[in-house]
Amino acid sequence: MKKSILSTKQSYLVCALGVLALFLLVMAVCETGLASPYIKGIMMTACIAVIMTTSLNLTIGVLGQLTLGCCGFQAIGAYTAALLSKLIVAQGIAMSDMSRFLITIVAGGAMACIFGVIVGVPALRLHGDYLAIITLGFGEIIRVIIQNLKFAGGIGLSKGQQGQALIGIDRLANLYVVFWITVLTVAFLFMFGRSRYGRAVKAIRDDEIAASASGLNTTYLKVLVFAISAFFAGVAGGIFAQYIGSLNPAMAGWLNSINYVIMVVFGGMGSITGSIVSAIGLTILPELLRAFSDYRMLVYSVALVLVMIFRPQGIFGSWEFSLSKFINHLFYRGNGPKRGRAAVAVEGTASTDGVASTEDNATPDTAAGADDVSRLQDGVIASAGIAGTGEGSAGVGPDPNAPRDGGAMQEGDDRR
Amino acid sequence: MNSQLVMFISQIFNGLKIGSVYSLVALGYTMVYGIIRLINFAHGDFIMVGAYVLMLTAPAIIAMGMPAWVAVIPAILICVAVGVIVEKAAYKPVRERGNSMTALITAIAMSLLLENGAQAVFGADYKTIPTVFSIPSVNFGALHISGDTILTIVLGLVIMVGLQLYVSYTKRGKAMRAVSEDKEASILMGVNINSTITLTFAIGSGLAAVASLMYVAAYPQVSPTMGAMLGLKAFVAAVLGGIGSIPGAMIGGLTIGLIESLTKAYIGTITAGIITSAFSDAIVFGILIVVLLVKPSGIMGKNEGEKV
Amino acid sequence: MSEPILKAEHLGITFGGLKAVSDFNMVIGKGELVGLIGPNGAGKTTVFNLLTGVYKPTEGEFWLDGTKMSGKKTYQVVRAGIARTFQNIRLFRQMTVEENVLVAFDDSFSYHMGAAIFRTPGFWKQEKKKHAQAIDLLRIFGLEGYAGVQAANLAYGQQRKLEIARALATGMKLLLLDEPAAGMNPTETEDLLSCISTIRERFGIAILLIEHDMSLVMKVCQRIQVLDYGRTIASGLPNEVANNPQVITAYLGTDADDGVADDVATGKSSVDGGADTAESDAADKKEGAR
Repeated sequence: MKKSILSTKQSYLVCALGVLALFLLVMAVCETGLASPYIKGIMMTACIAVIMTTSLNLTIGVLGQLTLGCCGFQAIGAYTAALLSKLIVAQGIAMSDMSRFLITIVAGGAMACIFGVIVGVPALRLHGDYLAIITLGFGEIIRVIIQNLKFAGGIGLSKGQQGQALIGIDRLANLYVVFWITVLTVAFLFMFGRSRYGRAVKAIRDDEIAASASGLNTTYLKVLVFAISAFFAGVAGGIFAQYIGSLNPAMAGWLNSINYVIMVVFGGMGSITGSIVSAIGLTILPELLRAFSDYRMLVYSVALVLVMIFRPQGIFGSWEFSLSKFINHLFYRGNGPKRGRAAVAVEGTASTDGVASTEDNATPDTAAGADDVSRLQDGVIASAGIAGTGEGSAGVGPDPNAPRDGGAMQEGDDRR
Repeated sequence: MNSQLVMFISQIFNGLKIGSVYSLVALGYTMVYGIIRLINFAHGDFIMVGAYVLMLTAPAIIAMGMPAWVAVIPAILICVAVGVIVEKAAYKPVRERGNSMTALITAIAMSLLLENGAQAVFGADYKTIPTVFSIPSVNFGALHISGDTILTIVLGLVIMVGLQLYVSYTKRGKAMRAVSEDKEASILMGVNINSTITLTFAIGSGLAAVASLMYVAAYPQVSPTMGAMLGLKAFVAAVLGGIGSIPGAMIGGLTIGLIESLTKAYIGTITAGIITSAFSDAIVFGILIVVLLVKPSGIMGKNEGEKV
Repeated sequence: MSEPILKAEHLGITFGGLKAVSDFNMVIGKGELVGLIGPNGAGKTTVFNLLTGVYKPTEGEFWLDGTKMSGKKTYQVVRAGIARTFQNIRLFRQMTVEENVLVAFDDSFSYHMGAAIFRTPGFWKQEKKKHAQAIDLLRIFGLEGYAGVQAANLAYGQQRKLEIARALATGMKLLLLDEPAAGMNPTETEDLLSCISTIRERFGIAILLIEHDMSLVMKVCQRIQVLDYGRTIASGLPNEVANNPQVITAYLGTDADDGVADDVATGKSSVDGGADTAESDAADKKEGAR
């Protein structure tokens, strides 16, 4: 069965075109002067929020570990980027603003990543509540330390004064560049999530003991995820510093981190789409409701409790929006609902967005299989008998999955 | 007595005083965590609620010719009500449907709700509160120890001992311990879990109200976020003492209070100005991290490994 | 017997002064199926935890295929070739059946993060190959039709099978099965038995089996080792063990007159009825005391 009118590669292309279209829209709005600096500012803030939320979602939603210290890493990235930018200027190193911006945010990310590893190695030995509280503790320590660093106050470096906001940072952040950094971040997290790494991380979320009993180096993977999250938080911090132009140590506090946790939770645990939507939504919403800004957190907290009670997995759950699937859906609408549903079900389950669903039927005879596969194939003969349900005997027909998967889904649901 | 020694001893008493407040708050954390395995983030904010009630009721109480501390009675009643409502309206439904992470997020949300609710009602500013105690201070030569310091320490000890006796010897107290050991078995033994949990919340919140009285006696100011840092430090105290243990909460609270007061006074001199008193919050969290990494079960706690 | 797959010598572990397992010796040859039995709390699951690196032995050592394994971490032991299932099923419940198997394949993947991020041809080739392997493995257990189903939605018996499939996917040489038939009805147990014999034939692996269902143990195991209070009280062929008076005492608590396998089999029902988790609870408490 051809489940999709688009191959995986085509669907990536569709996705890339969609992003490009979005970019052109943003560009059109900005260049024609439709967007005031205020609107551009919101877009910039939304991009930063998207980077923070999607990367935090990797730790909270995919790895299933609640951390309350993401803004500590954001602050490390922000201060690193800001101070490095000042240092480059102070040293008189000649480089374009663009390369200075890119170098400093990567440096910010790298520094945050290093701290992520330093914090993650001990902290990730703990689980659940204890991990949350220990990351909160680390965030607060980072805040207090930044507050007491002389060179991180005033206008920075040698002229600094402790306990002051860092000011006079060159505002190099450009919306177009930041847009593409955001796209790269999301693409990275998406590809990471849909590979063996993503599977392994989800396995740890579901059952850590079983994950290590399946041969996964759980400690390594957890620290890896933590470090990736910290890296992107640092990048977001670097962008933030060079967009706002001044930094305050309070940004590392845990209440700020909670803001991003709220975005992740609203969006849905493990859903990148959900994180993007809720990051953008919760950035724009307060701007629309300026008049009610005093009650913003009040509303958030009530909404948060309601979401936790009625939809603990978040608004989007782990559902992902896919442009190619959407297109598919449009084209399949006429072909009977049953077939359409089966296609969605199968594709939704494929672990690597389409490897399984689009190309699997040919696989048993691919030469790649080598020993294991042929040995396993011998087992097929026995399996018919063992299964006893008759399903196993269907063999490798041209269209083995279509009817059976549908049936299996139903059966599975019934037995829940 | 030389002046340095006087200074040191008064720092010790300062530490014990704030430590007693931490202990009372930590008791609330430790009891709730023991019974439903949830860090009740909102617990620190119960103190804030208690303090506002004190602020509002104290003038009326004084006008009625009673001592100001009597205002703690309405504070206890309101705090117990808030604690029980939070449990019934938010924690219980989430506990039944979600996992430990959703429960923790709910607790954080309740904390935000209380803080921002108070801010919406009373504004974000600090408000002063009338003096609740007027007890003469005790003098040993050059050493002055204020009356409310001694009262705070004594009250903390009395409550801790009382609570320990309550959970050890009364039927409801034993039920609490049973539920925290094994929920399912407790049901089979005829323990009403829900009422036990509610009772735990009620006791914890009531203690928070007492803590708020002691806190405002020392620092006569109220603000919507006053409970946040206090709550976090008390939680650190609960972890340090061993979460789930009543004497542990007391020991942890006093330890944190002493460490805080002594580092504030001496760390600058000891480290020759490298680490200043501005680091005292960081030091408290540093202690938390070290305890969690070295002995997560705390001083008095017991180990709990995951079943394989 | 050929060169042993598993050799354990004087293996033991103490939790806070309490000897959970002591002087545990075992040799398992290639392709052998050995049973490990004993009353609740005898330390059987603790032996599994020792052999998979969940606990570090306080005394003794064990080797897999001549390589010393004691002291290694769980994932290292698993990658070297000892896989296990759990008494209380531990699946990746929110993941699909196929993903459960693919996770266990992880060690045999060779692409790195860069390849995953940039979706290189090597990435696609390997994902495709592993997908095919996973489906083939699931087919042995009649689960291939459920590849896309969430593991939590499988029927109980299927979950047990999936757990075994996942263990097989690690590419192990020795499989440790912890009460695979617990909670199954006779038909499901029968089904499982033929599964076990199929995978033994196909993969040529050795199996160590913990089981309370005595008739199952007697039927499939080539050799049996009996634990009581952490000590080995008997080991040998099924018949020898069943007739061993010490074993009968351990199971029935009294001297049985002319007890043979049947007596043990009746003993089983009472043992079986006990709480399945009692043993691991005991182990936990011991650990707590440490």
